[in-house]
Amino acid sequence: MENRPLEYDYTVAKWFMLTTVVLGIVGMLVGVILAWQMAFPAVNLMAGEGLAEYTNFSRLRPLHTDSVIFGFTLSGIWATWYYVGQRVLKVSMAESKFLMVLAKLHFFIYLLVVVAVVGSLLLGISTGKEYADFEWPIDIAVVVVWVIWGMSIFGLIGIRREKSLYISIWYYIATFLGIAMLYLFNNMEIPTYFASGGIGAWYHSVSMYSGTNDALVQWWYGHNAVAFGFTVPIVAMIYYFLPKESGQAVYSYKLSLLAFWGLMFVYLWAGGHHLIYSTVPDWMQTMGSVFSVVLILPSWGSAINMLLTMKGEWQQVASSPLIKFMILASTFYMFSTLEGPIQAIKSVNALAHFTDWIVGHVHDGVLGWVAFMIMAALFHMAPRVYKREIYSKSLMNTQFWIQTLGVVLYFTSMWIAGITQGMMWRAHDEFGNLAYSFIDTVTVLHPYYTIRAVGGTLYLVGMFLFAYNMYKTMTSSRRVEESELQNASPMGA
Amino acid sequence: MDLGTLQAYAYFFFVAFLVVVLYSYIYHLYSSQWKGKRDYEKYGNIALHDDVTDQPIETISKNDDKKVGGINE
Repeated sequence: MENRPLEYDYTVAKWFMLTTVVLGIVGMLVGVILAWQMAFPAVNLMAGEGLAEYTNFSRLRPLHTDSVIFGFTLSGIWATWYYVGQRVLKVSMAESKFLMVLAKLHFFIYLLVVVAVVGSLLLGISTGKEYADFEWPIDIAVVVVWVIWGMSIFGLIGIRREKSLYISIWYYIATFLGIAMLYLFNNMEIPTYFASGGIGAWYHSVSMYSGTNDALVQWWYGHNAVAFGFTVPIVAMIYYFLPKESGQAVYSYKLSLLAFWGLMFVYLWAGGHHLIYSTVPDWMQTMGSVFSVVLILPSWGSAINMLLTMKGEWQQVASSPLIKFMILASTFYMFSTLEGPIQAIKSVNALAHFTDWIVGHVHDGVLGWVAFMIMAALFHMAPRVYKREIYSKSLMNTQFWIQTLGVVLYFTSMWIAGITQGMMWRAHDEFGNLAYSFIDTVTVLHPYYTIRAVGGTLYLVGMFLFAYNMYKTMTSSRRVEESELQNASPMGA
Repeated sequence: MDLGTLQAYAYFFFVAFLVVVLYSYIYHLYSSQWKGKRDYEKYGNIALHDDVTDQPIETISKNDDKKVGGINE
């Protein structure tokens, strides 16, 4: 038997990289369609009257949010986990058949869930809860996938060589535990068919909570899905990929630990800011508001730590498009974690709530921070898992600038639209009569909706460039030696 | 004392307690470094030296006889 030196096994990481790219394109394509529908309602009928049921805004919207959150982002999280996990624990998946089988099972059951989600949402089968749209059979499958991932995390940790868990591993563990708790509690539901003795569809369910309690649990979940889906695992990525790509150790490891515990404690209490001026108790609203503002500290703790990691090496930002992606991601993280708390202040919320400013906030965070960081991670991983250089540096640079322009157009148009909307809704004459009707706001906002759609389209164009660059890297780029893969990723012209 | 007042006091002391915990943690991190008990900053190198053949920054145990890169450590 051949005595080959031990190597990391990236089989499952590669599979998840593929789903990240594919589901990213699907999610963002649907998003772009929705943006054009908002600007030009006729797009709702793009496939004709007969298919309008499947192409209208309300049918496609959950498909957009869920494919970006549970498709693109989760795949990115898992692609990086099956890469970073092995490397910082210094143990190969190839060393444990059991973990390898688990990881493959993880991927294939996940694929089945993706098919079930896309199918059911297109057919209009949904619980109607935002970001928790899946009916109970899919929820059960999600739990199975999650448990398998947990076994994989702790299994790999169990056989590690490196005694201390690198800070990224803490964040991956927090992602696992956080989502497990949130998903279970918010998706507590009663299958109506079984509870009623055979009435209605077998897959239909209703929430176990009702009224204000339902809203509270929903936004405790909703906001923390942002926390443990869009923040914690992405911080895990940047703590590994930025130091590794730049060749600089994290600026302050102690600050990374402090920011970790700060984030863990504070984030869980901030969800109440989604329910300001609603029927939940006033003290909960105040608590949500206060904790949102406090949240700036741990968020900026990580972001500043990342920027300081580049201390003395800033020329890399100019020379490497990969570092550009990560530094812009980190900057957008700072920006959106300042914007969010500002929106959570009660007096600001009175203006901002339900307006497009919120939509703008979500997208500067997700497009600028989450997606940029995931794409940077995949760019860094590609030469190492395929043993080929990144196909084109100039294509990466082009993608970077097109997408940056896209994000800027997106959030600036939504700022103006949101604040205009909020001001118009509140305006009244001296007798208290509203100054504008709803349709007045729609007319005024039309140009901004068009700008948003253009911004989204540019971002999608960047996604196609990304997919093409990844495809060429995978298939026909120059082969590289292990010695070229130490820090800065090799790139073709 | 009514329930509301009690809640307010409990809330205040809980927050104060957590602030103390947080600052104690900061003190713990820095004092461990000063006293030479633990060098936290070296863990930053885990990301940089992460080849499967690299020596771990801290091995699991001194008697660890797991093979790394086909060579006994």
